[in-house]
Amino acid sequence: MSRILTYREALREGLDEELARDENVVLMGEEVAQYNGAYKVTEGLWAKWGDKRVVDTPISEAGFIGMGIGASMLGVRPVMELMFWSFHSVAFDQLVNNAACVRYMSGGLINVPIVMRGPANGGNNVGATHCHVPEALFASFPGLKVCAPATPADAKGLIKTAIRDNDPVYVMENVLLYGTTGEVPDPAAGDHLVPLGKADLKRQGSDVSLIAHGRSVLHCLAAAETLQQEHGISAEVLDLRSIRPLDVDAILATVRKTNRVVLVDESKGFGGVSAMVSHLIQDEAFDYLDAPIKRVTTLDAPAIYSPFIEPDQLPNPRRVVEKVLSLR
Amino acid sequence: MSIADSPVLDFAGSPINKALSADDKIELYRKMVRIRSFEQAALKYYNAGKMGGFLHLYIGQESVAVGTLSLCGPNDHNITAYRCHGHALAVGMSMNECMAELYGKATGCSKGKGGSMHFFAPDKNYWGGHGIVAGQTPLGLGLAYGLKYKGLEGAALCYMGDGAVNQGAYHESLNIAALFDLPVIYVIENNGYSMGTSQKRSSSFRGCLAQRAEGYDMDWDVVNGSDLYEVRAKTHIALERARKQHKPTILEINTYRYYGHSIADANHKKYRTPEEIENYKKNHDPIHLWENRLLAEGVLTAEKVTEIKNAAKQEAAASVEFAEKSPAPAVESIMTDVYWETDNNTPASAIGRHFFTD
Repeated sequence: MSRILTYREALREGLDEELARDENVVLMGEEVAQYNGAYKVTEGLWAKWGDKRVVDTPISEAGFIGMGIGASMLGVRPVMELMFWSFHSVAFDQLVNNAACVRYMSGGLINVPIVMRGPANGGNNVGATHCHVPEALFASFPGLKVCAPATPADAKGLIKTAIRDNDPVYVMENVLLYGTTGEVPDPAAGDHLVPLGKADLKRQGSDVSLIAHGRSVLHCLAAAETLQQEHGISAEVLDLRSIRPLDVDAILATVRKTNRVVLVDESKGFGGVSAMVSHLIQDEAFDYLDAPIKRVTTLDAPAIYSPFIEPDQLPNPRRVVEKVLSLR
Repeated sequence: MSIADSPVLDFAGSPINKALSADDKIELYRKMVRIRSFEQAALKYYNAGKMGGFLHLYIGQESVAVGTLSLCGPNDHNITAYRCHGHALAVGMSMNECMAELYGKATGCSKGKGGSMHFFAPDKNYWGGHGIVAGQTPLGLGLAYGLKYKGLEGAALCYMGDGAVNQGAYHESLNIAALFDLPVIYVIENNGYSMGTSQKRSSSFRGCLAQRAEGYDMDWDVVNGSDLYEVRAKTHIALERARKQHKPTILEINTYRYYGHSIADANHKKYRTPEEIENYKKNHDPIHLWENRLLAEGVLTAEKVTEIKNAAKQEAAASVEFAEKSPAPAVESIMTDVYWETDNNTPASAIGRHFFTD
């Protein structure tokens, strides 16, 4: 039994269920309570749960995120919204030195069960300061976990898992996905949880593997349809969902099946999730490759504002199709 | 330093100090002496090349940790920056685990993973031990948030140096502390220097550093750190304000460090005059003053002083021996204590790859 929900509604349902399940779960962030959320993800939750459980913070990311980390050491489970993940830069010391390293530096005496969430994407014409996609950046710090759901069902399942996880989990959402819809299992059928570290094969194929996460998964699905209809190419689409932990087995399985791979990643070309995935494939499935590993990444400049051309800077179905066709 | 300008008041008569028994007073003395002995031993063996990294000594500042932490109950939590050895011993961590951590041994309080700047003892409400200047100030705020959230009558003591007062994270914390009515006390251990830069050359302020609290509608006070009675009396007021009213405070405790910012601070005798250091040792040393006070009160005797000092030296020497004899951590230990889930072999930890060493 499923319902059609928006990505936004699915996240909200996940947050609501976890607020009900555990009295230590607290939502915090700028405009999350009385304003109902800058992107309305938390709409109605303050009215339902009140001041103690849904907390408006000042625009003070280092302050409130560090506060959440400190509170988590005493057993509170803060779920903190960054209005844009791009604002991580003003709280970097807290997000990395404190959240990622305190467990290690204490020899395992402390754990930091926080969730950081918010949109991390380009494509809505807000310029370079607001368009960073830091999933690879944060996944590069041992101690942190990172995921990037592409669909409403995964958004709900991953936010709930993230909240229950006893390590810091950074959930990268996407403004352009909040209004997208999809089937989400009915709560009456039981808790809908999507584990971290488990990729999802969103489309079966035999000629080429498209590996992506977040909104790029939707581009891959659209491209796969075009490739099938117009070029007779059968593309498989693997949605990583979780960046760290990473489902390496699923990556290797699809490469071994199709022997050709295009990685689609909103990161820039230098580094990025796809750079890591590319390394793993050549290291562990080299003999299965019939062509070089190719990538579709964001054009390597700061995010441009102009709505006329911003879509061309980002991965899009056309670029994915062209890249696949270039494989020989 | 504004110690000389402070009015001379006797805080021995404040209720929190009147409540001290003779044994309590001797215990405070013993704790300060133990910290100094530990730090002197650490210095000796650091200079002998036995440990790596930095060594930020607490010598000269002992009254701050000992005085303030002597007031803490089961629901009071504390956290500090990288000059963290004094607080560690004051909350009851053993010299052995602390010295072994300096040596980088497996028996260290952080299994050799933290080092001098990163001591922790959550079982004693001690949350570190943090290396980035003012990075711990939002964490202290969070401890206070946690206490209030859980409905506990307690306070969070968040220590910091005077060099931390110009960091943004601290100011963000002050705003939220006052805005949310959180039971946190920011204790500025003002030793006059942010590394090699004097307060005059690093901070713009009116009156004193703590007075910046007024901009956040927060209470504040200035404390003569060389007088243990005063440290306790004024901290007690702030603690009660936090516990009973959930109100934050900034306490600026004037103190002094005899040595450099760290032992790697080669210039510490250049930015301070020998006379300044000598004057402090002679007239403001908190251990010396407390000793004289207790001798005058008839609580301590010269014999007892010698006994306590000798015992502390022996304890420090034994901790050096313990550290020397302890095993180094195994290389395999590098990969533990990264994730709670993998350390605990949970079902979640079995899904996906968590580590990416080639």
